[in-house]
Amino acid sequence: MNSGHDILIVGAGPAGMAAAIELRRLGLMPLVVDEQPRPGGQIWRDVERQRPDVLRRALGPDYAAGADMVARFRASGAEYRPGTRMWHIERGLRVFLSQDGQAFLAEPRALVLATGAQERPAPLPGWTLPGVMTVGAAQILMKGSGQIPDRPVWIAGSGPLPILYMRQLLAAGGQIAGYLDTTPAGAARRALPQIGGALRGWGDLRKGLGWLRDLRAAGLRLQRGIRDLAAEGETRLEAICYRTADGRSHRVAADLLLVHEGVVPSVHATLSVEAPHVWDAGQGALRPVLDDWGMTGIDGLFVAGDGAGIAGARAAVARGRLAAQGIAARLGRPATADAIAATRAELRAATAARGFLDAVYPPPDTPIADDTIVCRCEELTAGEIRAAARIHRGGPNQVKAVTRCGMGPCQGRQCGYTVNRLLAETYGQTPAETGFFRIRPPLRPVTLRELAALEEGREAP
Amino acid sequence: MFKPLADPARRAVPVFVDGVETPAQEGETVAALLLRVPPHIARHTPVQETPRAPYCLMGVCFDCLATVDGETSVQTCLVEVRPGMRIERPRGKLRITA
Repeated sequence: MNSGHDILIVGAGPAGMAAAIELRRLGLMPLVVDEQPRPGGQIWRDVERQRPDVLRRALGPDYAAGADMVARFRASGAEYRPGTRMWHIERGLRVFLSQDGQAFLAEPRALVLATGAQERPAPLPGWTLPGVMTVGAAQILMKGSGQIPDRPVWIAGSGPLPILYMRQLLAAGGQIAGYLDTTPAGAARRALPQIGGALRGWGDLRKGLGWLRDLRAAGLRLQRGIRDLAAEGETRLEAICYRTADGRSHRVAADLLLVHEGVVPSVHATLSVEAPHVWDAGQGALRPVLDDWGMTGIDGLFVAGDGAGIAGARAAVARGRLAAQGIAARLGRPATADAIAATRAELRAATAARGFLDAVYPPPDTPIADDTIVCRCEELTAGEIRAAARIHRGGPNQVKAVTRCGMGPCQGRQCGYTVNRLLAETYGQTPAETGFFRIRPPLRPVTLRELAALEEGREAP
Repeated sequence: MFKPLADPARRAVPVFVDGVETPAQEGETVAALLLRVPPHIARHTPVQETPRAPYCLMGVCFDCLATVDGETSVQTCLVEVRPGMRIERPRGKLRITA
């Protein structure tokens, strides 16, 4: 089955929805697919749901604002297929998808990947124990399922998301045992060169400072400069250990630890089709090389949203609109010069404070102990990766071949950056020189039954 | 570990977890349900048979894999509960029996 669409958008978060709305405005008809059952992406997940007042208030106005975008997306007339997963892309733009257990093919003239970001995997001892989860996961539980931790919860990490979640959690009646801030000391010194951008993006930063003030006023126990965080337990989390800035070690009982070390772009799809990427040192992550419309080095393949580099929801909307305007121009339905200029100005405004945030919240540099699991799927430790590196002196793909690291179901989404870092450290080279796993199809597991659907309707040879 | 906030709009959805009838909530994912059902895990891993719970809930960690209505290795964080759904939590290595 071929979808027969000229434009395919993968992802119905801020970027994907904005792209679809703009394409419809310009008289074009995209197909939008998304693996979730409802539009919104992770940031506006399940935003259409009617909620009890306490939860609605706790999630806050920035979340509620997503409802307007989702309503405009629903009203745009764009064809929308939820519960649909992309599992392979080929150059010449053949895109393989699955919905309801049936695979189908799209051969669009333009493809927008608006697949967003994931939380940066940051291995720590015991992070595979039940009871250790990410802050993003807990926030998704609150948005999607109306669930909060049933006891005072420990939160550890760095970045804006823990601050936002803690504020939401307290407002919803949850309790926080303590916040262990792992942000390296010296944030002011790091961020000073970015102060100009911070002033231009002051509105967003002021919001974050306000949240922090609210949390302090609510009596949050906040400890800064935390090192050597570890989770302990036999079959589930029982305690957490950490070292405070004064050098003292602590061990406290815990049944739930939420961790967060920033977010990184989803690059598996663009890597799989070998689009050119660069190493973004500020964000400690790969991102695809894009032209000023968001098109990759592969003709017709666009990336919009956090997949283009972490910049947040407001920038994602602008990037989605810009990609739509770029595609519309290619298909002979150009937007006005004024509309394009307005989109570019909005993107500049939305990204003004990003350099400042990146400097305040750098990727973690905590040493990874040899006995810490790196590959959650194959249960391989940092020591095993280092040993393979010392013996074989190879890159990520050789290490993958000899250890199976990155060959489990997540396909390197949880271990890729850690392997990159361990090899770079072992060989004394940069992350950019070290490179990343080669990403192979399928991007998601596919059943044989799904694949068989591709052949239906074809004549026997 | 988690508790649902009172929400009269969410109807109870009966599902089966390892054969035991369990009340789920309309609109929640299978992974969200598994986090409330003791022992609060999704599976035992096929490598070292260690217990794992859902970790990322956004489709990237694959630690919430379980068997749903007979289909193995389903990412339960991407699937919402349906009435009568049968969820089995994998117990380590797959053993093929005659």
